[in-house]
Amino acid sequence: MSVRALLQSRWLPALAVAAIVVLLPLLFPSMYYYRVAALVFIFALAVVGLNLLMGFAGQVSLGHAGFLGIGAYAVAIGPAHFGLPSWLCLLAGAAISGAVAFMVGRPILRLKGHYLAVATLGFGLLVAIVLTNEAGWTGGPDGMNVPTLALFGWRARGSGTWYWIAGLTFVVGFLLARNLMESPTGRALQAIHDSEIAACVLGIDVASKKLTIFIISAVYASVAGSYLALFNGLVTPDVAGFLRSIELVAMVVLGGMGSIFGSLVGAVVLVVLPQGLTIFHEYEQALLGLIVMVFMIFLRRGIVPSLAASFAGWRK
Amino acid sequence: MTMLEAERLAITFGGVRAIDGVNISIASGQVFSIIGPNGSGKTTLLNLVSGIYTPHDGSIRLAGTTVTGLAPDQLARRGLSRTFQNLQIFSRMTALENVMVGRHRHERTGILADLLHLPSVKRQNKATAEAARAALARVGLADAAFRPAGSLAYGALKRLEIARALASEPTLLLLDEPAAGCNPVETQELDQVIRAVVKDGVTVVLVEHDMRLVMNISDRVHVLARGRTLAEGTPQEVRANAEVIEAYLGAHGLREAAHALD
Amino acid sequence: MAELLQFVFSGLTVGAIYALVALGFTLIYNASDIINFAQGEFVMLGGMTTVFVALAGVPLPLAALIAVIVTTAVGFALHRFAIDPARGASPVAAIMITIGASVFLRGLAQIVFDKRFHSLPPLFGSDPIQIGGAAILPQSFVVLGGAAIIVVLLRLLVDRTMLGKAVIATAANRLAARLIGVNTRHIVDFSFAVSAAIGAIAGILVTPITLTSYDVGTLLALKGFAAAMLGGIGSAPGAVIGGLLIGMTEALSAGYLSSNYKDAVAFLIILVVLVAMPHGLLGRVKVERV
Repeated sequence: MSVRALLQSRWLPALAVAAIVVLLPLLFPSMYYYRVAALVFIFALAVVGLNLLMGFAGQVSLGHAGFLGIGAYAVAIGPAHFGLPSWLCLLAGAAISGAVAFMVGRPILRLKGHYLAVATLGFGLLVAIVLTNEAGWTGGPDGMNVPTLALFGWRARGSGTWYWIAGLTFVVGFLLARNLMESPTGRALQAIHDSEIAACVLGIDVASKKLTIFIISAVYASVAGSYLALFNGLVTPDVAGFLRSIELVAMVVLGGMGSIFGSLVGAVVLVVLPQGLTIFHEYEQALLGLIVMVFMIFLRRGIVPSLAASFAGWRK
Repeated sequence: MTMLEAERLAITFGGVRAIDGVNISIASGQVFSIIGPNGSGKTTLLNLVSGIYTPHDGSIRLAGTTVTGLAPDQLARRGLSRTFQNLQIFSRMTALENVMVGRHRHERTGILADLLHLPSVKRQNKATAEAARAALARVGLADAAFRPAGSLAYGALKRLEIARALASEPTLLLLDEPAAGCNPVETQELDQVIRAVVKDGVTVVLVEHDMRLVMNISDRVHVLARGRTLAEGTPQEVRANAEVIEAYLGAHGLREAAHALD
Repeated sequence: MAELLQFVFSGLTVGAIYALVALGFTLIYNASDIINFAQGEFVMLGGMTTVFVALAGVPLPLAALIAVIVTTAVGFALHRFAIDPARGASPVAAIMITIGASVFLRGLAQIVFDKRFHSLPPLFGSDPIQIGGAAILPQSFVVLGGAAIIVVLLRLLVDRTMLGKAVIATAANRLAARLIGVNTRHIVDFSFAVSAAIGAIAGILVTPITLTSYDVGTLLALKGFAAAMLGGIGSAPGAVIGGLLIGMTEALSAGYLSSNYKDAVAFLIILVVLVAMPHGLLGRVKVERV
């Protein structure tokens, strides 16, 4: 394939992301950087899913960390209480998240208005409550240990290993999301976002499409949650907490609603920042709230689309 | 064959009977126009027929099947399509993509295939794009295909909506004031498009203010005033109806209608 | 029997607070179609500000007044400087701005105040009154009475004043209201300010019983919204009834079932309402015009 064809192909964005994943370690002076980058990719994966929901279906999930929690605790509870292998629990967690999304979303997405925001707020809080209270299963507020992921004798341990696992999974998640956008479903979703009534009149089952996206976004978050737990070796209930949900929303808003690549940018900013600024912790909530507000008021498109637009304007 | 039948249709908004006991019968292959002063309920009637509102009274039959209370997407799958008076364009998509959405009810890929971009999706995208291009060509917008919809002129956007509605291959097409804001040249082009569409076997319901267009193109004209039927008949009959002239056409409309005869 | 009475009373007491939060929601929603997720923070600000201003040496009544004024200003600022500038944007944007504001206020409270629980002295002492074997705190009556007064005042405001009429007009049809000269932006400013004041007063009244801290707002917002939905979104009497019902359901389930999942009651009610009766108890079906 010629260079020109490559630059114009639909694979370009995914290849660019893959290139980033492959080449980034060349810049890493120590293992610590692998760890931060792994966390970035893990969160970016969850953010891609949430972005599909917010940027394309135009819905908000204010409890998305609840799905993170389901995925995270699945790989903790499964091995500890049922003796199941971690990889199976990861899949089970994803399936459970999808099922829960179906149950919560189906009645609510049929309705007009933004009841999903409230329902997911409640859902997220409920998951956190359950995880904190059912100490017999979940270890309560102190959480529980998570055994290392093992596949055919190989153990997934260490920042280096998880960098590659998270990075490659992110590339796959990125590609799937982009595929979706260039498909009949993706066109239907963008149509729904621009004019729900016109989409409906053209035969699109709006509620069903929104539900599909909600389920997909839940699965993305669940996988990310499982990775988080397996990587850290430990889970606590605040993985599903309200603040975590707001972090995810802030990452979407920062990077750009509707920009899959923006999901990565948002994750980079909000994962790297706390690592860099220790004072961030005190001000984290206030800053997150401020970011969401400011971006929604002044920079609604987010960083990536705004940059892209001004770049395009520049060239003219 | 009767394409659309509505009996005793009625709907009330906060105490106002927007449509009050309207009966309509539209034969297949006709151009059926609905006219009336502003506020007479024309768009409300269209919204009732296209499922956006559910009538509080009365029934609607599409090609013989009762469809009262069905949602717009269900009606779309039964061959109904429409345009909007206030333009509901997908502004973030290109003109071609807008029309491709119109193909939705003919697309057959599932979510898994979409996620994995299987060959079936590639084929579907190609087929959809081709059909969309053809629809754009029918309304004269072939070279605007890749321009962002938001950048097109008003008249072009009206035609884009028609192309999008046509892409779904409807048997019944509802046009809500397609000539609004169009200059005489554009209205003439619109006239041609509608005639071509009817020749392909589509039944057209036209809500319009432009009397010239209505009188030239309609097989039957239905006059609404204050939510009720004032008169119905051929364009000539309606034009000559004293009540209609009095309530609606007035001196200005009378002149226009007289011109249309010439 | 005594136990039941106890639960009912404590349920009614918190229910009154939920009712006030729900009223605040309803007021804003009716005037502007916005769901204000920061509603709970107004309650938090009322209580916390009073505590800290009093700690600085200001006499309690004055501290309470200052707290109400500050919170009212915050409510006004929220609309005028955060929500109104984004008024043309998608409905998602308004939700996000209010949730962002809610988190921002929480975060700010965490920094400006602290992360501990705080209380205020009750108005009539802390010796429980015995009624039918149940021990009822005097402050409960203060809360219930205060809530009742606020509801009546609000009703009078809406029914008897020009301002109230303007609010109703804005709620019914924004464009029409503007056409007859109502400054709808001011009306919405006003409804935010009033909602904030109501929330602040609720917070001050209930702190002697439930204590307050920087993060009580989120759950309160959720429960207040559940109450508004149960009663029928957009209906003020519904908000009050919804609030009391949720308060009682919570207290009864905490007493007889499990106190751990007390907070889950509101969420479950939301789901049930959305699935079984989206218009709530007193809400009206609104046909949306295209």
